[in-house]
Amino acid sequence: MSQPLSLNIALVGVGGQGTLVAGKLLGTVANLLGLDVKVSEVHGMSQRGGSVITYVRMAETVASPIIEPAQADFILSFEELEALRWAYLLKSGGAMLVNNLQIPPATVSTGVAKYPQDIVSELDQKALGQSKVFSFDAQKLADEAGSYRATNVVMLGAMSRLTEIDPDIFAQAINLVFPEKLRAVNHKAFQSGSDIIKYKCEF
Amino acid sequence: MDKPANAAGLDRQLLLGNEAIARGAFEAGVKVISSYPGTPSTEITVNAAKYPRIYTEWATNEKVGLEVAYGASLGGGRAMSCMKHVGLNVAADPLFTASYTGVNGGLVVVVADDPGMHSSQNEQDSRHYARAAKLMMFEPADSQECLDMTRQAFALSEQYDTPVMLRLTTRISHSRTQVTVGEPQEQPRRPYVKDMMKYVMMPGMAIKRHVVVEGRQSQISNDLETGLVPGAFTISRKSAKLGILTSGMAYQYVREALPDASVFKLGLVYPLPIEQIRAFADSVERFVVVEELDPFIETEIKAAGIACEGKSLFTLQGEYSIALLNKVFNPDTTLDPAYDASALTPAPGRPPVMCAGCPHKGLFMALNRLKLTVAGDIGCYTLGALSPTNAMDACLCMGASVGMAHGLDQVTDHEMARKSVAVIGDSTFLHTGVSSLINSVYNGSTSTVIILDNSITGMTGHQQNAASGLDIHNQPAPELDLEQLCRAIGVRSIYEVDPADIKACVKVIKQSVEEPNVTVIIAKRPCALIPPGIGKKEEVVKLDRDKCTRCQACIKIMCPALLAGPDGYPQIDPNICNACHLCTRVCNFGALKGGNEA
Repeated sequence: MSQPLSLNIALVGVGGQGTLVAGKLLGTVANLLGLDVKVSEVHGMSQRGGSVITYVRMAETVASPIIEPAQADFILSFEELEALRWAYLLKSGGAMLVNNLQIPPATVSTGVAKYPQDIVSELDQKALGQSKVFSFDAQKLADEAGSYRATNVVMLGAMSRLTEIDPDIFAQAINLVFPEKLRAVNHKAFQSGSDIIKYKCEF
Repeated sequence: MDKPANAAGLDRQLLLGNEAIARGAFEAGVKVISSYPGTPSTEITVNAAKYPRIYTEWATNEKVGLEVAYGASLGGGRAMSCMKHVGLNVAADPLFTASYTGVNGGLVVVVADDPGMHSSQNEQDSRHYARAAKLMMFEPADSQECLDMTRQAFALSEQYDTPVMLRLTTRISHSRTQVTVGEPQEQPRRPYVKDMMKYVMMPGMAIKRHVVVEGRQSQISNDLETGLVPGAFTISRKSAKLGILTSGMAYQYVREALPDASVFKLGLVYPLPIEQIRAFADSVERFVVVEELDPFIETEIKAAGIACEGKSLFTLQGEYSIALLNKVFNPDTTLDPAYDASALTPAPGRPPVMCAGCPHKGLFMALNRLKLTVAGDIGCYTLGALSPTNAMDACLCMGASVGMAHGLDQVTDHEMARKSVAVIGDSTFLHTGVSSLINSVYNGSTSTVIILDNSITGMTGHQQNAASGLDIHNQPAPELDLEQLCRAIGVRSIYEVDPADIKACVKVIKQSVEEPNVTVIIAKRPCALIPPGIGKKEEVVKLDRDKCTRCQACIKIMCPALLAGPDGYPQIDPNICNACHLCTRVCNFGALKGGNEA
């Protein structure tokens, strides 16, 4: 790579879906690449089933830990509605990766609001420029890899296929972040995420 | 553990601001840390507990935490107490007078503000405490500074014989940035020497100590101007057109949005190097203070006669951002977004909800049925104010529910006591609710207090407390008996109920509110998220479609594990269900069954 890598990645979902661990993994990847990196997390009340976002910024130098509107290269959304909520962060030419999972928020289950229909096709149709939307059932792939909890790593595997980062770096990061008994599942989850994008790109 | 897990096997580690402060305390040779949990400060003490060399504990409240740390300092060891902004209100009493006595071992008070109120009931700016208590206050701008300034704060605490404050904001506490750790230093305990004139704050001594305090503050101000306080400020000179005075997270936004501006970055936000700032202001054409929340720095320098712009350009509310700075300084900035946000379907809100299996939910459903006025408190259960339970009328601060219920009782000549209850968690009750309960009993209240005893401090991420039977290291500790405590206070009517049993809750609450004395109901069930959990995974709920009428009564309890399927039947996510079986209790058709009954 002649140009130093610069990536803004937003990990969005519902509290408890594993965005914090995914952020830690990406931070470790940046560290291994010798880049500056900042990972901003949300703890506390929002974790109780609320909308959550973890920002990851890696570049030669990073000042603010926050991704501003139209600044994200990637949005990894662990749930469909959250993809819609945070879509304004994506920059033209960026990629949105959406886990095919719908978790109706409290406002929907109490009948105050309706869960929007066909979010993925809306995001696909309304994307400007060269922006791309990829959607797949990451939770199913994680289940097949051994645990639905590895959904976050499936999402990272999918994203990795769209970057120039050597997959070995991700593998090292998985070994550094997870205890030994969880590594095999996460390596497998990462690979299936990577494969699903390869499959999608071929079509 | 001498070094935290090195994420990359490199010199640079990726640490949360809070982790970096724990590391800085370790390197500074800290002996004692006593804190009460509070977002966003909690992980400092959680991480400090991983260093065997540091004695750490969860105190019953922030005032106790600071007093324990003060005692440790008195005994000659370096000590620290960490809290969130509202916790500092509780600890303010010892703080102000500790400023008068000064320290023996270095004493650092860490306070984490929450601009934007990610997890707080107000947006107060703790910098005012530094001025009010006449204490030095550092404000780091990333995790490396968190570590470095913590070490610095301990050194200056001993050098100037004063407690030193370290102020964080949520983004500093909860951002991971790269840190190069240092070597831990040996910090032998200073000898304890009895010194009544310094440590016994009666008027005669305090009058003399106030003179010392003012002398100390003048000394610090002089040393600041002559550059004798390392880490106090840095100046980066670029264009003379625009000069910015800033600190903390706002500094990072400035760095990115205004790369050409000259920047005066404060490490120490109180007291300020006024003459240095005056010279900087004079050297630039336009001089602007960029600070989140209150115009603290702006007011200080304006009082010193330095002209500046500040809050006239910005807001007093919420977090700052690069977008906000661009709006003010670079209005021609254009964005190239992937979406025209106004063309997208608006996303319905997703407020936080009680977890699957949350023991509080059943009790709040009972309160909802009884249509009582509920004086609430601070914790996960504050979510009981929202749908579907809508069962909370007021929530003010830690421990306030008990006093509020007594006030409602007295102002209505006991009429309201028959229609109201206080609800308070076990940790919050022990924090400051217990002193209010003593007050209620002593003063003839007829109010009802429901202690939601889930045996843990839940909202901040499961910290142990005196009623948990476990210490900060999850080792067995004396377990406070809430019933015995209430009995000793003089509460005559004490009931225990399972909060998941809605009918039993309704019955006991109805009975309690009628009693002509203080009544305590202990609603006891452990948090669903701590081992061993509320139910066994093999008992997760299953649906009998033949019996289900699709009435969706179960959906209305808003359990995260229970969703309405497209065909109208409930769908149960076995990964999320914690087998509390609350849904089986609201189903009138017997369509939902726990695994073993199914």
